[in-house]
Amino acid sequence: METLLFILHNLPAIGERTLEHISIVGVAVGIAILTGVPIGIAITQSQRVADTVLYLGSIMITIPSIALFGVLIPILSKIGHGIGWLPAVIAAMLYAQLPIIRNTYTAIRNVDPALRSAATGMGMSAMQRLLRVEIPIALPVILAGVRIAVVLNIGVTAIAAYIGAGGLGTFISRGISQTDIRQLITGALALGLLAIAADYLLLRLQRRLTPKGLAVRDA
Amino acid sequence: MIRLEGLSRTYSTARGAVTAVDNVSLEVDDGETCVLLGPSGCGKTTTLRMINRLVLPTSGKIFIAGRDTDGVDPVQLRRGIGYVIQQIGLFPNMTVAENIGVVPRLLGWSLAKSRRRAEELLALLALEPAQFLGRYPNELSGGQAQRIGVARALAVDPPVLLMDEPFAALDPINRESIQDEFLRMQKTLRKTILFVSHDIDEAVKMADRIAIFRAGRLAQFGPPDELLARPADDFVASFVGRDRTLKRLRLIRVRDVMISPTDGVGASGPSVSPDDDLRSVAALFLEHDVESIRCIDDTGRVVGRVSRAAVAARLKSELAR
Repeated sequence: METLLFILHNLPAIGERTLEHISIVGVAVGIAILTGVPIGIAITQSQRVADTVLYLGSIMITIPSIALFGVLIPILSKIGHGIGWLPAVIAAMLYAQLPIIRNTYTAIRNVDPALRSAATGMGMSAMQRLLRVEIPIALPVILAGVRIAVVLNIGVTAIAAYIGAGGLGTFISRGISQTDIRQLITGALALGLLAIAADYLLLRLQRRLTPKGLAVRDA
Repeated sequence: MIRLEGLSRTYSTARGAVTAVDNVSLEVDDGETCVLLGPSGCGKTTTLRMINRLVLPTSGKIFIAGRDTDGVDPVQLRRGIGYVIQQIGLFPNMTVAENIGVVPRLLGWSLAKSRRRAEELLALLALEPAQFLGRYPNELSGGQAQRIGVARALAVDPPVLLMDEPFAALDPINRESIQDEFLRMQKTLRKTILFVSHDIDEAVKMADRIAIFRAGRLAQFGPPDELLARPADDFVASFVGRDRTLKRLRLIRVRDVMISPTDGVGASGPSVSPDDDLRSVAALFLEHDVESIRCIDDTGRVVGRVSRAAVAARLKSELAR
């Protein structure tokens, strides 16, 4: 009951924190798509490069986020942004790389070689083949990678409250330091709902952008 | 005309250089179908893929209509050559109309024009345009998909078609019917076709000339009847099979050996049509104890007869030619 009242009284603050949270995740994933998809496509050209990049990506994702923030503080202090929004975005962007690169790479690699052969044999240039055949076919799997990245980043960004990035994690960090169960529950609830909502919306988007001929049909 | 001159392709592997295609020279006239025939790994597909430069020759030259293809931009070259593959390779993200329209669109045709062309081609292949244009490849049967594959290759009416075991994945009944349709179409289209196959029956049926490959080399090159009647060596003889005489029979039409007048043939007994091949005549001779069989045309009129002696003489004369 107390928590409910807290939530009702703090709705504007919750909304603001949610927007902060979304801005960090949105910018980070946006940059990660713009970098990760081209990287994922580029590494299909060389098995060795692909192995290296995916290995680095896996290492990246195993670093605990709190440790990564710690590393970023001295580096970004040099330009006066040791804490706050910028390191949060950079960390989230780095975590988003692996799912996006890996899914793009796998999806492009799994395009039937016969289709590639047909496309080239019919007179498509490498770029035309990529844009008209490979990317459309790979799109559902690439978007699945984006979904994973978004959900992962909602979690990472919650920790970023500890370096003053704002977002919904603020309720949790304050809840802990002030032993205030109302703030703890509010933060946890809002984060959970945000993650579920984002995942659902992206799933809808994924279904919508899946080429019709690739969609699984009900018989 | 397509001319291959001393075409070779070697691959370097961990165990040294492997020659996939070894000094192949052959010529296919305009409007002819040449079947590249042989067991798997004999270099027939590599030869085909060198013609549209999906594989680059190690040495040798390829001329299409007198022009050395080495000097042509490969992307431009391929847009002027129809290409059909065994796996069909229809793009699953595109409708039938879009698949057929790929090369037209690459060449800058308008959407309306490429759609009209798709309708035309579907009608030519006996597929109802209204029913199929908007379908996706996963809504087609194997036979339908391969017909669309052929339509796609014909989209910009290229003079040359390359077909890599196009019908091999179909069931026998579908294969027969698509082969027949294709032959009927080819009668009017007169494309210059290179057709890879490992099936001697298909080759005999489709080819004006057969190039039979063994380990990258051309073992024999000639009209089907020549291969069947006079195999160049033991390899060709064993590849075409011990029943090669029976296969030759399918190359000869009843009208070519039939004689009139019709005396000596009763009003009853077995009969054939002048358009049948001699296999059906041979079968009738085995079934019935008769010396000759009546030939009856579409209208039911007796137009001649074909005798055991005439069939035997024909097989001998083809041999001696």
